[in-house]
Amino acid sequence: MSVVTRILGALAAPLVAVVVAMLITSVVILASGGSPGEFWSIILSAPADRVYVNIVNQTSMIFLSALAAAIGFRMNLFNIGVEGQYQIASYTAAVVVGAALVPGLLNVALGLVVAMVAGSVWAGIAGVLKVTRGVSEVISTIMLNAIALTLVGYFLNTYGVRAGNSLRTTEIPESSQLAGWTPFLDRDGAVWTLCVLAIVAGIAFSFVINRTSFGFDLRATGMSESAAVASGVKVGRMVVISMMLSGAIAGLIWMPAFFGAAHTYGSTFQYGLGFMGIAVALLGRNRPLGIFFGAVLFAFLNEQSNRLTLESDISQNVVQITQGVIVLAVVVAYEVVRRRQVAAEQSRVKRQLDATKPTTDEAVSA
Amino acid sequence: MSAVSSAEATTSAGQDAIQVRGVGKRFPGVIANHDVDITIRAGTVHALIGENGAGKSTLMKILYGVQKPDDGTLVVGGEEVSFHSPIDAIEHGIGMVFQHFMLADYLTVLENVVLGAEKLHGIGDAARAKIEEISRTYGFGLDPDELVEDLGVGERQRVEILKVLYRGAKIIILDEPTAVLVPQEVDALFGNLRELKAEGHTILFISHKLDEVLAIADDITVMRRGTTVGEAKPAGTTKRQLAELMVGSELPSPETAESTVTDEVLLAVADLTLTDTFGRQLLSDIDLTIHRGEVLGIAGVEGNGQAELVETIMGMRKPTAGTVSVGGQDMTTWDTRDRRSAGIGYIPEDRHRHGLLLDAPLWENRILGFQTRPPASKGFLLDRGGAREDTDRIVEQYDVRTPGIDTHARALSGGNQQKLIVGREMSGTPVLVIAAHPTRGVDVGAQAAIWGHIKEARRNGLAVLLISADLDELIGLSDRIEVILRGQLVGEFDPKTVTPQDLGSAMTGGQDQEADA
Amino acid sequence: MSTLTATPAPPVEEASRSRWTWLVVGVGVVIAVSAVRVITGEHEIDTPGSLRAALIATCPILMAALGGLWSERAGVVNIGLEGQMILGTWGAAYFTYFYGPWVGIVGAALLGAIGGALHALATVTFGVDHIVSGVAINIIGLGAARFLAEAYFADLDGGGPRQLTGLDRPPDITVPGLSDAANSLAEQHWFIISDIASVVAALTTRLNVMTVLVFALVGFSAWILWRTAFGLRLRSCGENPQAAESLGVNVIRYKWIAVVASGAFAGVGGGFLSLVASSGFVTNQTNGRGYIGLAAMIFGNWRPGGILTGSLMFGYTDSLRLRSTSAVHALLLLVAIGLIVLAIWRFKGKRTQSTVFAVAGVLFLVWFMTTDAVPREFTGMTPYIATLLVLAFASQRLRMPKADGQIYRKGSAG
Repeated sequence: MSVVTRILGALAAPLVAVVVAMLITSVVILASGGSPGEFWSIILSAPADRVYVNIVNQTSMIFLSALAAAIGFRMNLFNIGVEGQYQIASYTAAVVVGAALVPGLLNVALGLVVAMVAGSVWAGIAGVLKVTRGVSEVISTIMLNAIALTLVGYFLNTYGVRAGNSLRTTEIPESSQLAGWTPFLDRDGAVWTLCVLAIVAGIAFSFVINRTSFGFDLRATGMSESAAVASGVKVGRMVVISMMLSGAIAGLIWMPAFFGAAHTYGSTFQYGLGFMGIAVALLGRNRPLGIFFGAVLFAFLNEQSNRLTLESDISQNVVQITQGVIVLAVVVAYEVVRRRQVAAEQSRVKRQLDATKPTTDEAVSA
Repeated sequence: MSAVSSAEATTSAGQDAIQVRGVGKRFPGVIANHDVDITIRAGTVHALIGENGAGKSTLMKILYGVQKPDDGTLVVGGEEVSFHSPIDAIEHGIGMVFQHFMLADYLTVLENVVLGAEKLHGIGDAARAKIEEISRTYGFGLDPDELVEDLGVGERQRVEILKVLYRGAKIIILDEPTAVLVPQEVDALFGNLRELKAEGHTILFISHKLDEVLAIADDITVMRRGTTVGEAKPAGTTKRQLAELMVGSELPSPETAESTVTDEVLLAVADLTLTDTFGRQLLSDIDLTIHRGEVLGIAGVEGNGQAELVETIMGMRKPTAGTVSVGGQDMTTWDTRDRRSAGIGYIPEDRHRHGLLLDAPLWENRILGFQTRPPASKGFLLDRGGAREDTDRIVEQYDVRTPGIDTHARALSGGNQQKLIVGREMSGTPVLVIAAHPTRGVDVGAQAAIWGHIKEARRNGLAVLLISADLDELIGLSDRIEVILRGQLVGEFDPKTVTPQDLGSAMTGGQDQEADA
Repeated sequence: MSTLTATPAPPVEEASRSRWTWLVVGVGVVIAVSAVRVITGEHEIDTPGSLRAALIATCPILMAALGGLWSERAGVVNIGLEGQMILGTWGAAYFTYFYGPWVGIVGAALLGAIGGALHALATVTFGVDHIVSGVAINIIGLGAARFLAEAYFADLDGGGPRQLTGLDRPPDITVPGLSDAANSLAEQHWFIISDIASVVAALTTRLNVMTVLVFALVGFSAWILWRTAFGLRLRSCGENPQAAESLGVNVIRYKWIAVVASGAFAGVGGGFLSLVASSGFVTNQTNGRGYIGLAAMIFGNWRPGGILTGSLMFGYTDSLRLRSTSAVHALLLLVAIGLIVLAIWRFKGKRTQSTVFAVAGVLFLVWFMTTDAVPREFTGMTPYIATLLVLAFASQRLRMPKADGQIYRKGSAG
């Protein structure tokens, strides 16, 4: 297959999904009395400078989240618990960094390590339950999400510092706050320094998955557990390690915002990144490049939709419908495309070989 | 139901229940059946025998309406029929009990029986009464409210038979019914079959177990290579005669090259025992050795412990007792990866489940099983270039027909997939190669090629454990043949002097054979 | 005539034994609760008001669990219940505002069924992985409900972009004489008698018609799934679809029906939330109850009686949020007693389990005696922790439908 056909093939399903989502969104807007034209003109207009900055920041976080989910998905493990993992990790890191045990940038490094450890432990619980007691990781991670939310809430209520109407953790020292990069005017905001984590994580993910024997083991287990076992993979170990890796990356999700803007865990915490990551992972077929484009798309939609409340009477939430439909449509499209491709490849190979192979009369039947 | 009336017409003495005339069936690349002629008399037990691959299953699917024949005619109860689906067959009073039971474990006997036929007697007390009646009449001893998962294998089979009786079948086809039963259950089944015969049913019994067939059948038809090759009546027939018809009396000529067997022991299995969670002995005290340059063939009917033996040697199962040593090293506690690294190659019986990643390209499949070894890997990191280069080599050396090494494994034919696997497992100079049914489902050309590679490897000093149900393959490739039956090794043979009848008898539980020196 | 032995399984004996066990357990629970109430003096744990609140909290969870049951019994995992429930909350609010509560309930079911149909389309028709589709449905459901609320409720009376209050409620039932008698008996705080009277009072005083409907739906489902040919065929699709196909069952059709019904039930649960449990629609009012319903279904071992018990338990703990912290504290004693009883019961066969329960029971006892109150957040965690524990310890006894979660393709039989 030529490179062009390959690229087109890979893009077919997402493109179809996006078109379908656009159609359905327009129908929904129309049915509720709004104007689809107005909607699309706002969404597709050029973003303001400030919005560009926000899109970059959001893309990084969504990218990390999707990467975390993708590690599990490549192994056929459904880590729905990304949401809970990054909450616990963010809170733990906020407390440790806020305690200023070490100075300056060392504190930042410590925070990142703590976040990764907390996330991986939380995810590891689900992994261990699966391997030792056969508990489905879907249910256990969902339960752990809820427990994480409650636990963090409890700790915040009990040990948090009061600030106005809400509670938060101790603010981190100035030496640990990262200024980021301000490409436009100051009031347009800064691109958070730790957005670079997304790039690092993406490269590491790609390298490990595609170039190491561990990555091969992981992918093989996801493709065919029986073949993996016969090739020497220890599946139980793989499950726990993969869940922990997934949790570790999940732990990093909110770190760019924490060190770049929030400086504390409290009312400015951004919920929902976990679920968005799962959606983007599905959209991007669990591969870094696809995830990147998916993250940009979702971040773009989210940020642009903020203007809907100001410039029209279309609810901002319609974008969530768009995103949800994109995900559903894309997985359906992927499945349909996959089945077609398999059939096409089989017949193409058969044709090519039939043209060259000598005739055989009677064959051995199974 | 019309089934009852047309079937009743056939049970009058002397009429035929089924006549098969000149039936043929082809699949792409394979002729499954040709010129099949069988006459099944009403009210009898008719046995259909033949080896794996003789075409029995395809013929049964035609009789049950799952497949349509390409040639020939079917006459049921005196009337020519053409079935489009099992529902048609059921309407003509034919019921089939598949080798792999179609039962829902968590439903009761009653629920499994009435499913799909609720209109006959409802799903409550009337149905229960009917099931109890059938069970009483034929001595099945089944309780309608018991969960299927609590039933033993023999009882589950009786549920399947009850299912077809419930729907009014008068002609019952049983596909390899004794394959999963132990001797006592076989006796029980035969008792049931005699009851059914006494009540006027016709039974078609497919098997390759000769003693059983001689014990229960009234008429015997033999199939080989897709067609019927002989008829017999048990009264005047011996097992040898049947075995001869089944496997053909031509002896394949074994390799007349000089022996390459040396004294060095490469695989030593001692007292190997494997007991499952139900207490069944899957393997009992297996002792075997293979020397450098030797091919040891294991002959046996499927399900007698070959798969378990292979998995235990590969480290995919832990034995209950005994040791496995390769190249002098005791590997009994080692895991699969370490055993492979020490030099064991594995050509699995089910290449789709254990040998390939179907949706991955060929060069990635080269890495499978070799993730931590050159040329595919440098330990922690993969060596993609090395893997690709070596895949090219294998494709060329082993004549794997593929447009390229980026093609997905799924797209290749069975034969080419197998050649790739053979090439992969033989690379890296292994010490021992386990080849389980290496040419199953593979076209003739690929089969010859694979045999050639095994012979060459043997010349180069490899030890090979060959498991096969194909007697030609065993006799042609092996230096020694052992027969496995019910988890035990029951006889050793010299391929140069053994006859197919000897092997066939030993495999199916005939008299003990003396080892020929 | 044949040489085999008949299998003499005594099903009747087993059934009556399990009925006795349930009776004993039920009586035991009543005694234990009553004892704890009297010992600690915390009458609040089972006043008619508390029990009524528990019942109201139970119903949405029960409907979600019922939805999950229908779907999984046909072999389709539906974690999109949360999204379908959310759609139901909106549907109930919208239709009730314009046409009254009865049409509102139908509207809730309808919206939920649409969510179910989407799931069926993706999983049954296109063979997409069940979990993935469920996740997508939850995203769509949440977004759709929020959007529809802002689009339609903003300009209505009592409405706003995120809410719609002042909806007509389905009527409450109060049984005249019995209600007063039971209530006054309950106020006496007598051992056992008052507790039972409390239950009676809760069931006869201001019992909402929709609650009755919910329980009736559970009974109806039990009857349909286990006593009709339709139900048998549906369940066979979840146990062994290949076997069902080989016997002429149209597996695709039954899976579709089951999943759409599943969505409808979840929708009704959502409708209950906006019409009965709260004073109206508020975005995000489901709060994860769809997932708790799934947990109740697993806890209930995919059987109607079990999901009823599980939902009641989770519903009661959900309603604890409204109780005083000291009342919740009293329940620690109850849990301790329960665990110790379990430890004794398991003593004969399963030593390790028994010791675990015993240790846990002692820990709870210590916790009870050394503290005065339970942090409010912890009660919120109970259903989730309970689910994890049940899944971890009871995995052998749990009997998921055998083909649950399998991607089914026609023609895979034989």
